[in-house]
Amino acid sequence: MSLFLIAALPFLGAVFPALLIRAGRNAAAASTGAVTLLALIGLVLHAPAVLRGETVSARLDWLPDLGLNANFHLDGLGLLFAGLILGIGLLIIAYARFYLSREDPMGQFYSYLLLFQGAMVGIVLSDNILLLLVFWELTSLSSFLLIGYWKHLPEGRQGARMALAVTGSGGLAMIGGMLILGHIVGSYDLSVILQNKDLIQASPLYAPALILILIGAFTKSAQFPFHFWLPHAMAAPTPVSAYLHSATMVKAGLFLMARMWPVLSGTELWFYLVATTGLVTMVLGAVIALFKDDLKALLAFSTVSHLGLITMLLGFGTKAAAVAAVFHIVNHATFKAALFMNAGIVDHAAHTRDIKQLGGLRHLMPLTFTLAGVAALSMAGIPPFNGFLSKEMMLEEATHAIWAGTPWLVPALAVFGALFSVAYSLRYIAHVFLGPRRHDYPTLPHDPGAGLWLPPAVLVVLVVLIGLFPNVIATPIVTAAANAVTGADVYFHPALWHGLTPALYMSVAAVLGGALLLGGHRAALGIWNNLPRPEAKAIFDAIVGAATGTSRRFSDRLHNGSLARYSAIFLVFTLAIAYYAFASGTLGPETRAPLPVTAMPVLGWICLVGSTLSVVAFHRNRLLALVLIGVTGLIVSMTFNYLSAPDLALTQISVEVVTIILLLLALNFMPQQTPRESSPGRRSRDVAISVVAGLGVGGLIYALMTRDFVLPSISEYHLANSYKGGGGNNVVNVILVDFRGFDTFGEIIVLGIAAIIIFAITEAVLGSRVRARLLNRKPWSPLAGDSHPLMMVVATRVMMPIALMVAAYIFFRGHNMPGGGFIAGLIAAIAVVMQYMASGFSWATDRQRLPYHGIIGTGVLVAAVTGMGAWFNGLPFLTSAFGYVHPPYLEKFELATAALFDLGVFLAVLGAVLLALQSLARYAWQPGIASEHPMDINPERDDATQTIEGH
Amino acid sequence: MSHWIIAPIVLPAVVAPFILMVIRYHRDLQRVFSVASVVALNLIALVLLTQTMDGTISVYELGNWPAPFGIVLVLDRLSAMMVLLTTLLALAVVLYAIGSGWDTRGRHFHALFQFQLMGILGAFLTGDAFNLFVFFEVLLIASYGLMIHGGGATRLRAGVQYVVYNLLGSTLFLFALGTLYSVTGTLNMADLAVRVAELPADDTALLRVGAVLLLLVFAIKAAVLPLHFWLPASYANAPMPVAALFAIMTKVGAYAILRMYTLVFGPDVAVTEGLIGDWLLPAALLTLAAGSIGILGARELGRLVAFSAIASMGTLLIAISLFTPQAAAAALYYTIHSTLTAALLFLVADLVLERRGGRLTPTPPMPQSGLIAALFFAGAIAMAGMPPLSGFVGKLLVMDAARANSQVWTIWAVILTTSLITIVGMARAGSILFWKSHDRSVLPPEAMTDEDDGTPVAPDLAPEPVPGLAFVPVFALLVALVVLTVLAGPVMRYTEATAAQLFAPADYIETVLKRPGS
Repeated sequence: MSLFLIAALPFLGAVFPALLIRAGRNAAAASTGAVTLLALIGLVLHAPAVLRGETVSARLDWLPDLGLNANFHLDGLGLLFAGLILGIGLLIIAYARFYLSREDPMGQFYSYLLLFQGAMVGIVLSDNILLLLVFWELTSLSSFLLIGYWKHLPEGRQGARMALAVTGSGGLAMIGGMLILGHIVGSYDLSVILQNKDLIQASPLYAPALILILIGAFTKSAQFPFHFWLPHAMAAPTPVSAYLHSATMVKAGLFLMARMWPVLSGTELWFYLVATTGLVTMVLGAVIALFKDDLKALLAFSTVSHLGLITMLLGFGTKAAAVAAVFHIVNHATFKAALFMNAGIVDHAAHTRDIKQLGGLRHLMPLTFTLAGVAALSMAGIPPFNGFLSKEMMLEEATHAIWAGTPWLVPALAVFGALFSVAYSLRYIAHVFLGPRRHDYPTLPHDPGAGLWLPPAVLVVLVVLIGLFPNVIATPIVTAAANAVTGADVYFHPALWHGLTPALYMSVAAVLGGALLLGGHRAALGIWNNLPRPEAKAIFDAIVGAATGTSRRFSDRLHNGSLARYSAIFLVFTLAIAYYAFASGTLGPETRAPLPVTAMPVLGWICLVGSTLSVVAFHRNRLLALVLIGVTGLIVSMTFNYLSAPDLALTQISVEVVTIILLLLALNFMPQQTPRESSPGRRSRDVAISVVAGLGVGGLIYALMTRDFVLPSISEYHLANSYKGGGGNNVVNVILVDFRGFDTFGEIIVLGIAAIIIFAITEAVLGSRVRARLLNRKPWSPLAGDSHPLMMVVATRVMMPIALMVAAYIFFRGHNMPGGGFIAGLIAAIAVVMQYMASGFSWATDRQRLPYHGIIGTGVLVAAVTGMGAWFNGLPFLTSAFGYVHPPYLEKFELATAALFDLGVFLAVLGAVLLALQSLARYAWQPGIASEHPMDINPERDDATQTIEGH
Repeated sequence: MSHWIIAPIVLPAVVAPFILMVIRYHRDLQRVFSVASVVALNLIALVLLTQTMDGTISVYELGNWPAPFGIVLVLDRLSAMMVLLTTLLALAVVLYAIGSGWDTRGRHFHALFQFQLMGILGAFLTGDAFNLFVFFEVLLIASYGLMIHGGGATRLRAGVQYVVYNLLGSTLFLFALGTLYSVTGTLNMADLAVRVAELPADDTALLRVGAVLLLLVFAIKAAVLPLHFWLPASYANAPMPVAALFAIMTKVGAYAILRMYTLVFGPDVAVTEGLIGDWLLPAALLTLAAGSIGILGARELGRLVAFSAIASMGTLLIAISLFTPQAAAAALYYTIHSTLTAALLFLVADLVLERRGGRLTPTPPMPQSGLIAALFFAGAIAMAGMPPLSGFVGKLLVMDAARANSQVWTIWAVILTTSLITIVGMARAGSILFWKSHDRSVLPPEAMTDEDDGTPVAPDLAPEPVPGLAFVPVFALLVALVVLTVLAGPVMRYTEATAAQLFAPADYIETVLKRPGS
């Protein structure tokens, strides 16, 4: 079976339990088991070749530019781990089927489990360290889901988050390390990296790479000081603890260290980092484990301790130690998974895992007791079980390790750790199963059905068989794996009897000491409870809590919602960057002489500055401010006119009129004064920023105006081609509708959108609770007695045709003289607006038959269709055509598609302005406001006087 | 004459007024035409993409005026890619808006949506700096309309901030264009490139001001710290499907930076030396940091996703600010990833908001909680840059590209640390949203379930069943992320070719200005 398929099978298979759970829990479990079995069979088919020393590989380019490729390989180490993962996986799947209760969503459980399994298999088969990282992080994620599986339990949720944070951060560190490693070697392929030991260890980047990778491995394998997440991960259902947190996932870190052993080990740094961490973890875990009353906590810390043991062995950097490490990985997986399942059985049967509430179970659960006894004795390192073999090897290797020149330190601590290990192992037997039968179990325990005891029994059988016949069962695979780890042929021949070696004495000492220690457990517990101990979870929670709180405060304070402050930051930042850009360049000389100063511009300048300053001075009075803004706008228009830009002047003045009218309408709904909101300090700060910004912009414009184009401008072309190519003398209009008609097309759309947004907001507001407030609104000041005065009505009626005629005139002359669709649209709009003003919104609306939406739409469509017309001549969008016609009795005149385009502009502008106006006017509607008459006082009418009185 | 290039602009520009004029009272017809338009846009985008596959650059001269005197649209690999990305996103969003019923909660959703698309697509296709300004205006005003779609006091208030801040940006855009035009006398981007290169070395100050002001404009759009302030509140308060569409809007800023600062003010241009990379990289790092801190500190789901969008812009801009072809290729890959992921998360956020509100405090379980949890999990993984989704690949690519930079350690440290903060923040949010709801002990008393029939009692949050159509686009986005991951190799080949095209602008300039090839 292809390695791709083996790695992919669990992922693909994860779908089955999720779906088949509807067909029952057996179907879900069976499908999960079948997938795992299939992958295992695929793996076993490769076993003969791998045991012969061959490496099976499968390669597929994924992202070759990055060096991230789907390259898999299977060597002895991979085979060992994959076998453990899939084999123990099968047992766990069977066990979980009977462990989980009816309420637990089993489909989910098996899906997560398969995802995890796939990730694990992926790690051990990867031949590419980036691919390995992918699977590495996947194990963190799937383990997050599995730990939090019982989502109603706070311990589960918190344990899941803690595990994700710790192992996830380790994974991130490892990303850094792997990238550095790949950088040193020039390849991310393991098979290449493993060939380059000298290159890597000589590199100045070796230390950072090693440290980062080790952080990843240590967090995953729960090494001190990252060990604290593992006990909290025990909130997961027991099958998960047995599978992830003892047999497989936590060994991923060990796997990685073993995988990288040929290139990373052998240096002082490696020894001191890895061996020391392992030693400390081993001792610490063993000590804590003895004082835990929760069965799973005891096993969790014992796992920490054993992981430390293996880490230490890898850290020694010798081949023999590496072999011992590999062997202990196998042994630990067998007895520890069995013990976890055993703890689950006890929990299931007695409804408690608290050792204090247990004892004497041997009478009630003989079978469970037997299994637990064998596994725990193996864990303690008692012959003839497999734990004894590897522990002997560990002690043997410890005697060879010299830590900082002191040869006794490592062996002494190893014995110390082993002693505690014996003590807690025996405690598991003695305090749970031995002793008198009690009468206060939460429920009366009994041996479970075969579904629960058979899976651990299989492992226990292995524990015994490996212990008795290590060379038959374990040697081939351990040798193959150790060969892969060390990159050389190793000699592995374990035996129960080595002769009277130092290791044997140490072992005996540990067993005796451990037994004694257990005897004095009560006294030791007293001492332990009086020792100051940092509570890892409290520290972790405090750190995360502080980080969350700090982030929240920082983020909320930074984004406090004050637009004034946001704008201030914007201005200061922009000014700083712009000043830097200016100051770091060189400014060329002025190339244009300023015009002479005459009275007219000076007057205009004074008015402009005066009106602007007045706005600042009187901005609290909204109406006055608006009037002053109008003054500013007028002067700007006049300035355009003075500077020979009549088109701009016309546009500006019509825009001014329309916007001021719209703003006046809006002012209706606002208080007449703006509130005082900012402190004097704040105001002076704002003044300073504004002044600097104003001076900056002014300075920039002055600098630009006193200089010619450095290079000739494109406007020469526009002037030259306006009539010839665009058919118009007014180059401004030709630019608008022809040269840059596409810009205009966009801008009329902007205008149209703005209008329909105003409409949409109006709809939203009038559809909400605000409507009631508007209806009951009292005006700020008394209304005029005569809101629709006769004189104004008459005048606007007269003005209407004139204004429309002016609009038409402006429109048609636009192409050759100042004018055009935009200005014409505004003027036509003003003509209609006047009617609204004179006779009121309701009266005018009743007489208005064309929907403004339609006018806007028509405008845009006319412009677009005009543009598309060119397509039929095989020309690009908006290509204009023009010709001259000579009708009889009339002057010749020009027909240009540009005029049609301009018509679109006209309509869009007209519709937009009127829709905006109509929408704003709707806010003011109140019942009874509508008048059926165009003017309030009409001498012709009979009810004239009544109307006045009724007001 | 091929008119394909302008089709992505003209089609929505015609469909929108048509909707406005003819079918503004017909909900179903609006939906039909809107979706049909987006589907057609996708097909057009595919055609455009195939046209650029061999490296061809096509120019479309509007009004038949030659560049630089008229406006041109230019189609190259980059614009084709961005157009396709936009239309794909638009399809998901419009389907979701219809499926969730969001499009009926205010007026003119579909018309504004089409106009918005027109603005975005136009910005990607134009080869004229002033025309870019026009399209910025179109997309800004349309986005404002979409942002406040449905109304409500909070949303309208956030909308004001959004539009005012962006109008500041528009003003700055005009200043920048005015400055550049007064110095160089042109607005066409290719022509600008030619003229900037010809500029005398003793007259650079004003051009530098123009160049940097322009960069600031784009930085506002791209939400670069400290110009990002418009984003959190507006995205968090916008209708979530609209926010999902906005995932592409920040990319418009990133696109414009990449376009202008490779074509016109490229890394080799002496006049603007030392202007861009010097502050853009630190700003991008700060953006990433502020985004991830915002994720961890968020009290509300919409805001959390908004900050995650900021964070991903930070990562993207780190890559852009390196200004090397390799980094640009990584940035483009990350652009696709970041757009799809942010959109996915916003849509998932909407699914949550519709059922239980967005506050990150425990509430009773919501309907379809498991499905939504799975989608959130996937989105969070992608956003945090965890395997197996494209975020991880994108992050690796960016980190790999940073290797040549002198700041490599800082960049790596920031990216990895912020990843951790994001993971912790996302895990926290997910745990509260989807796990804590099953824990009766932490729920507030009034949120407890009814004793009689076991149904959740939530007075203000009556769960509104959302029909299945809403889930289709969300899953489609997820599938797109998976495809992006699996096909990372081919996608990277395209983005690398794109980056190569960007960093060798001579071809672009010659094509636009019709100069004989060198």
